[in-house]
Amino acid sequence: MSELTDLYQEVILDHGKKPRNFGPLEGATASAEGLNPLCGDHLILQVKVADGTVLEARFTGTGCAISRASASVMTGLVKGKTAAEVEAMFQVFHALVTGGPGAHPDLEALGKLAVFGGVHEFPTRVKCASLAWHTLRSALQGTPITSTE
Amino acid sequence: MSTTTANRAPAAAAPFDVAARRAEFPALHQQVHGKPLVYLDSAATTQKPRAVIDAISRFYERDNANVHRGVHALSERATKAFEGARATVARFLNADPREVVFVRGATEAINLVAQSFGRPRLQAGDEVVVTTLEHHSNIVPWQLLAAATGARVVPAPIDDAGDLELAALERLLGPKVKLLAVTQVSNALGTVTPLEAVIALARARGIPVLVDGAQGAPHLGVDVKALGADFYAFSGHKLYGPTGIGVLWARREHLEAMPPWQGGGDMIRSVSFEKTTFNEVPYKFEAGTPDIAGAVGLAAALDYVAAIGLPAIAAHEAGLLREAEAALLAIPGVRLVGTPRQRAGVLSFLVGDIHPHDLATIVDRQGVAIRAGHHCAQPIMQRFKLAATARASFALYSTPADVEALVRALHAAIKLFS
Repeated sequence: MSELTDLYQEVILDHGKKPRNFGPLEGATASAEGLNPLCGDHLILQVKVADGTVLEARFTGTGCAISRASASVMTGLVKGKTAAEVEAMFQVFHALVTGGPGAHPDLEALGKLAVFGGVHEFPTRVKCASLAWHTLRSALQGTPITSTE
Repeated sequence: MSTTTANRAPAAAAPFDVAARRAEFPALHQQVHGKPLVYLDSAATTQKPRAVIDAISRFYERDNANVHRGVHALSERATKAFEGARATVARFLNADPREVVFVRGATEAINLVAQSFGRPRLQAGDEVVVTTLEHHSNIVPWQLLAAATGARVVPAPIDDAGDLELAALERLLGPKVKLLAVTQVSNALGTVTPLEAVIALARARGIPVLVDGAQGAPHLGVDVKALGADFYAFSGHKLYGPTGIGVLWARREHLEAMPPWQGGGDMIRSVSFEKTTFNEVPYKFEAGTPDIAGAVGLAAALDYVAAIGLPAIAAHEAGLLREAEAALLAIPGVRLVGTPRQRAGVLSFLVGDIHPHDLATIVDRQGVAIRAGHHCAQPIMQRFKLAATARASFALYSTPADVEALVRALHAAIKLFS
């Protein structure tokens, strides 16, 4: 069970049940739709960007605990960040969920993302954890639909 | 009977001896994540009995050669094994072997019918009726056909239990309908469709019927002569056979009239740049070197099933489904998706508000393999306004202990999420 509790940490269960920044975003400047055809997860991400900085990010849709928690944590973390900073955070996150905590030398940089440290033990769930991030990158790059397949 | 398919199948045992049958499936006897494997994903693909694995090995070790062309001993043996497999399939279906076309699986069989039977017949404004219960493989080939011809794919509705609405289906079968495609058993809900009534409705209007038997064949079998359909498709790998081999059965008169859908070797009688003549049925539809070992393995699987007896298998599975249904419903928060009048093979369910994908991950760590998702049947999910369900599916080797393990694993998931 220890790997399971690594995956489903309290923070993840909490964010999965009560996602933050959930619901439509008034005055969004960009949005994107994320699909995981494997499990039918569907996420709509809206952002408000001004002068290259993410002022706000919110999401709606259906998904598993991992994908909802990831979207919930991510939408909180990216507020006030520039597109370049978001991209750097994504790279850290991606290294973490594919390679585990050992894959990233700077644990400090992980911050709140560290709760996703158990995902790498579950290769089939990496896409769940990454969906929100891929969708956010699409929104920031102006690509309306992204798919994990 | 070919030597490669004459396996020593188990002697028919009454009552059904599930422990003895399980012993014949090597893959079932292993641990995953440190727990004994509980395989409840047989609707995706069944595990294979030793008899099938050995038949394939024996073919490659002893008889391997190409078919229908060599004059040497091995080619003769391979041809005999391949055509022996066709005869075995024909017996399983109660069909003429000339009506048995080997394909890669049910999906390819349906595509073959769509392209070879449907395409020359369909015109703009024509309709193909498919039911809401269909797997994507019995929807998308018709959509491709519709896009190419200007025809329309019309869905026939299901009710809240997951049963076909026969009266609505009857109303849809108007003069523009050129084909009806219907599954024997729903892979997502387990619904057994009332094929006799459905086919009678279509035949009364002269509408050809394709039956997708991918889920039905392993649990119910089929007698195509009694069925009265025009086409029947099934896959070997859902019936204890290997992947990569399946069957299209079609009425002889259709096969004779249908043009080939792929060109190549084996499907021709003679080729010249002036005129090429095609081989007779069913070879006209089998271009290129076929999956000979796959056919041999499929025949071994059908022999295996025949030796046990499909009625005995069906009775065992039906009893287990009833037990599983009761055991799941006894868990607080469990809801079944689809409560059809008759069910085969499959239970689709939800546990509280735990996403099926999370559920599948958690029970997997207890060794329990279930499926989570839309089961390649998104129209059903849309009908029930769901993104996904969890699905446990059963086969002849499934046991009450499997159900108990599933229930324990679901309790663990509930605890983790509470």
